Amino acid sequence: MLYFDRVSKEYGQGNRVLDNISLTIHPGELVSIVGHSGAGKTTLIKLLLAEERPTEGIVSFHSDNIHRLKGKDMVNYRRKVGVVFQDFRLIPNKTAYENVAFAMEAAGKPDHDIHEDVPHVLDLVDLKDKMHHFPHQLSGGEQQRVAIARAIVNRPEIIIADEPTGNLDPLNTYDIVQILKKINDLGTTVILTTHNKGIVDNLGRRVISMEDGRVIRDQKSGKFTM
Amino acid sequence: MAKKTTLVRRIVSAGFTGFYRNRTVSLSSIFILTVTLSIIASFYFFQAIFNYTLDQVREKVDVRVYFTVDATEEQISTVRAKLLALPQVKAVAYMSRDQALVEFKQKHEGDQLTLQALDELGTNPFGASLSVLAQDTSQYEVIADALKQGTGLLGDNAEAIDKINYYQLKDSIDKLNNIIGWTNTVGFWLSIIFVTMSCMIVYNTIRLAIFVYRDEIAVMKLVGASNMFIRGPFIVEAMLYGIVATLLTMAMFWPATVWVTKKTVFFFEGMNLHAYYLAHFFELAGFLLVAGSGLAIISSLLAVRKYLKV
Repeated sequence: MLYFDRVSKEYGQGNRVLDNISLTIHPGELVSIVGHSGAGKTTLIKLLLAEERPTEGIVSFHSDNIHRLKGKDMVNYRRKVGVVFQDFRLIPNKTAYENVAFAMEAAGKPDHDIHEDVPHVLDLVDLKDKMHHFPHQLSGGEQQRVAIARAIVNRPEIIIADEPTGNLDPLNTYDIVQILKKINDLGTTVILTTHNKGIVDNLGRRVISMEDGRVIRDQKSGKFTM
Repeated sequence: MAKKTTLVRRIVSAGFTGFYRNRTVSLSSIFILTVTLSIIASFYFFQAIFNYTLDQVREKVDVRVYFTVDATEEQISTVRAKLLALPQVKAVAYMSRDQALVEFKQKHEGDQLTLQALDELGTNPFGASLSVLAQDTSQYEVIADALKQGTGLLGDNAEAIDKINYYQLKDSIDKLNNIIGWTNTVGFWLSIIFVTMSCMIVYNTIRLAIFVYRDEIAVMKLVGASNMFIRGPFIVEAMLYGIVATLLTMAMFWPATVWVTKKTVFFFEGMNLHAYYLAHFFELAGFLLVAGSGLAIISSLLAVRKYLKV
């Protein structure tokens, strides 16, 4: 469903952060992308979110080149992709409930769906009792769980989690990974970038290893090896 | 249709919530907008005072035609009718010989010497006169020229005229015309400069307020919000700034115009600024509302546009 076809990205002359990447990600997969800082993981994610454009090559979702999408088509694509960031990126002046509801409102979902789904999703991430708290009243782990709830509430086809546990302690890290696993078990494709060896080894799923902007290893059921 | 209504309702509600929750930002934007609207309103009142004062001065300037004591009523009324027929003439006021005498006596009430001299004369030495008011101060010269001997206007009645005072007044009329032209130009440019400056301050304030939201806007886009859904609440907030700032400005000008009226009632020849404010209340409020909201909305749209390109 997601294809990288000989994709390269350069920032200015000679600063090549991605080099000739070709990848296919199938529906229902849980893929970990690992590598040191500067290996190109985040750039890869930014290309997937259409925050950046590739210098060469094509990134496509089903049969659409996502960097050719405009206006309504781009909005629709983004509604099919849920994103979770390392720094959570919640809207600070909205409560947990409103942050999750925002994604549904933006997608034009009717009110009764919002009233039903938002508490349900917050319950899934074990935050039902804190749904009227503002982000600054929540811990890092809790904020990340709100971000996951926001990412899944519109039932996207793919969840992209960019270092989702980077700012969390081991206990919260474990929780978040379990939630992502559960989401994947329910059929959603999950793409996870991480530095954390423990997470990758525990998952025992596909691992793509990157170095200097290139894919150096792609294992069906891999371990974190650098 | 139902979807559109829901969208509008959500946008309006998000706008109100944002306005309330970001009180500090809202207050600073309203404050700056109120200052701008006050500057605009002040120019509105200055213009009114200026026009009123000018009208007062204009009314005082006239061309006066003095008749000889021997001029007959018939001659005077012929000249008057001919003057009234000129397109440049707005009004012609007649003062009879008796009225001129009464006015002179009133003017010199305390001056016994002059009054005695007048009594000793035995007869009324004053001729009748016509004071001619032009449509515009620049037209006095045309009227005065028409009154010159030998032109068609006076005809046989030329000998009934003693003097025309235009040429004595010419200097002051020219000066007045200069002042009017000059003040209009300066006033125009001053108001352009001040209004532009305050618009830029409003734009910058709102730009800074929205700069704080740049990351949020990016997240909203990544979560799949359309540009309209992101822009909408900012437009609603900007409209609220405009409404509150207009109410504050109008409220401030109530006591301000009362105070100015009290202080200047003699200076501005009896102009009642507060009455003017009351008479033009809705016109001014409507104008400020459109200007204030428009300015805030345009500033918001320009500021948000930059962050929507994700």
